[in-house]
Amino acid sequence: MSSLDAPSTFRHTIWVLRGNLVTAIAAAGALVLVLVALFGPALVPYDPVASDVPQALQAPSALHWAGTDQLGRDVFSRLVVAARLDLAIAISAVGISFVIGAVIGSLCGYAGGRLDRAVGRFVDVVMAFPLFVLAMAMVAALGNRVENIVIATAIINLPFYIRFARAEVNIRRNLGWVEAARACGDSHVSVVLRFLLPNVLPAMAVQVSLNLGWAILNAAGLSFIGLGVKPPTPEWGIMVAEGARFISTGRWWLVAFPGFALMLAVLCFNLLGDGLRDILDPRMRT
Amino acid sequence: MTHPLLQIENLHVTFSTRRGLVEAVRGVSLSLSPGEMLGLVGESGSGKSVTGFAVTRLLDKAGRIADGRIVYKGQDITRASAADFRNLHGAAMAMIFQNPRAALNPIRAVGQQIADAILAHKRISRQEAQDAALKLLRAVQIRDPERRINAYPHELSGGMCQRIMIAIAISCNPSLLIADEPTTGLDVTTQKVVMDLLAGIAAERGMATILITHDLGLAARYCSRVVVMEQGRLVEEAAPLTLFHAPQHPYTKRLVAASPTATSRVADLVPDGEVLPPLEVRELPVAAPGSPPLLDVQRVAKRFDDGTIAVRDFSMTMAAGESVGLVGESGSGKSTTSRMICRLIDPSEGDILFDGYSIGQIPARDFHRSPSRKDIQIVFQDPNDSLNPRFTAFDCIAHPLIRLSGMRSGDALRRRVEECAHRVGLPKALLSRFPHQLSGGQKARVGIARAIACRPRLLVLDEPTAALDVSVQAVVLQLLDRLRREDNLAFLFVSHDLNVVRMMCDRTIVLRAGGIVEQGESRALFANPRTDYTRELVDAVPHIGAPPLLVPA
Repeated sequence: MSSLDAPSTFRHTIWVLRGNLVTAIAAAGALVLVLVALFGPALVPYDPVASDVPQALQAPSALHWAGTDQLGRDVFSRLVVAARLDLAIAISAVGISFVIGAVIGSLCGYAGGRLDRAVGRFVDVVMAFPLFVLAMAMVAALGNRVENIVIATAIINLPFYIRFARAEVNIRRNLGWVEAARACGDSHVSVVLRFLLPNVLPAMAVQVSLNLGWAILNAAGLSFIGLGVKPPTPEWGIMVAEGARFISTGRWWLVAFPGFALMLAVLCFNLLGDGLRDILDPRMRT
Repeated sequence: MTHPLLQIENLHVTFSTRRGLVEAVRGVSLSLSPGEMLGLVGESGSGKSVTGFAVTRLLDKAGRIADGRIVYKGQDITRASAADFRNLHGAAMAMIFQNPRAALNPIRAVGQQIADAILAHKRISRQEAQDAALKLLRAVQIRDPERRINAYPHELSGGMCQRIMIAIAISCNPSLLIADEPTTGLDVTTQKVVMDLLAGIAAERGMATILITHDLGLAARYCSRVVVMEQGRLVEEAAPLTLFHAPQHPYTKRLVAASPTATSRVADLVPDGEVLPPLEVRELPVAAPGSPPLLDVQRVAKRFDDGTIAVRDFSMTMAAGESVGLVGESGSGKSTTSRMICRLIDPSEGDILFDGYSIGQIPARDFHRSPSRKDIQIVFQDPNDSLNPRFTAFDCIAHPLIRLSGMRSGDALRRRVEECAHRVGLPKALLSRFPHQLSGGQKARVGIARAIACRPRLLVLDEPTAALDVSVQAVVLQLLDRLRREDNLAFLFVSHDLNVVRMMCDRTIVLRAGGIVEQGESRALFANPRTDYTRELVDAVPHIGAPPLLVPA
């Protein structure tokens, strides 16, 4: 390899992380979260739903790292198990809006004209609602189920992806390589899907990461007000909601630990987004 | 001998990058007398701009003056503080940049921006500054200055914006002006107007100017002394006539040879050219008498949705193997015309016949399925954005072969791509690289290889060398010329560079505001233009060898 060649993705990633401590910490945090979600439920010391009333409302100790709740359930075990559900909701919701939004947005950005105007107005209408209230209304109407939280979160995220993809494709549609693809025998649709879309994905990955934190908060928020996930399923939003009743009597651990978990998750994904942009931009490599 | 205004001694500038320190300027020494116009010529990466930035201390954070001295009016400013430079900027030295529109603040009226520059250095009221701005607008010959003073940059043309930049630069009567590629990107006639103005103002105010440019002709026309830089070093310094007629350094020799002049031929551009595969001229199919021309454009017009008419009543014919130039200034409709012929956009009126068959009626939307698609290919202007950033060079060249020639991935495809790369002189080892890992010239070769991969019969070249350095341009032009002769390709060569068109094309069509002004055999047309417009275009081209227009005392 000559010195002109760009470093490999892995080495480039290490380079970016070394120069950017915050991203490195955020990446480590996000990695821990994902590992906890994958393997945590198999490793927790207690059954997250089994009540043990004599042990109710114990403060954090060596036995119960994050204390126990009003039914004597281990808060730490519940936190770990909840990570899987919260992450799964956020990732699938963001995934759906990302895929649909990217395709619709790039088609609009490339074609312009009537399609673009129609979709643009639809997006304006969705964004005119307070998004959380819109999500509440959708879950209430569709029924209190996890799938419906995913759908509602995906729909309220959709406008951002449509706009983002539209803008990114729009600035590229007149570049030489897009016209070259046409001259090389590609149809308009193929130009969008095989040429433009792959080029806007890195920029959108940043948006995905920023959005993940927000989607976790959204899912927890819905559960907090009693929509979506129902007790006794362990979920961070429900844990905060249930624990709130005991905060006046000094049982801080019931709220503090799930709240802290939420904060950590949101923070990690948001900070990771900034670093991702540096990692994914090929021009940063030279 | 008079005291030099500016003296640079053994200047070294280094940039810290990921791969360690990079020396952009390595030991440049030069001096500038008051009122002198000095040309600093070099290709991209030669360190000419960095030298200018070092003098005005506008280097970005990674850059550092590692060694040497910069002396301005007897005062060493090499280590001057930022505060000292705030006083020096504007009042003592000013700078104008390549892209005037980007250098102006888009949300402030131009008059205010000139006034801002004055107020930064003089304690006068805003009204007085505004009056001074008006005077400056007159000085830079802006028509109707009372109205234009309130205009925003986007309301003005590129040439006009550059005049505003000049007005800002001279607002505090600097004794040194550094002009970094001031007319690159402007039309040749606008370039002449702006440069004439700049030279006039410099002479009138006794302002010394460093003209940083890649264009030898431009430097020759306006400068009394020219220095040539290569890879951070100063290789030659002489009066323009001496430099161009008797260059001493091998690099200068190559540069002078590569710059197209009114008389140069393609073969002269690279005297000791690279070793290309031997020319394989094949039997040229002789067109049967009475057979239709290769391309017959019949009264084509293009009206856009917003009502603007880009092209009107455009007709032309081309025979197989012929090369036709399409010249005109920006907005003349030459790009629109070339894209209609290439069937990337639909004409509003008229028809296009290729080989006697009407292809103008096939919507551009469906043309990718037409059998004529592979016969008409295009090479784009800027090699930097004509390659998909996520495709390797191999993928780029393979793409039309897969799409249009129906080849499947495998050995046959690989051999074919390698053959195309070989024909354009692209080393096989570079095929696995991505565009950002290739140089401008290499990217241009990939673009050409992609266009010729399916053996087209008509190649549309949209300013194929406008973004390249002259020495790279010379090589690419030679390459194109030989490819044309090998394959009996017809060229539609779109360009604003008249010297290049004269060399490359048998016939030339001059466009203005969407209509044909004049057409004819290239050499005759440029030697004896019949219309005023063509004459203006031809006269505006700066030539090497012509004596400088203004030699300040």
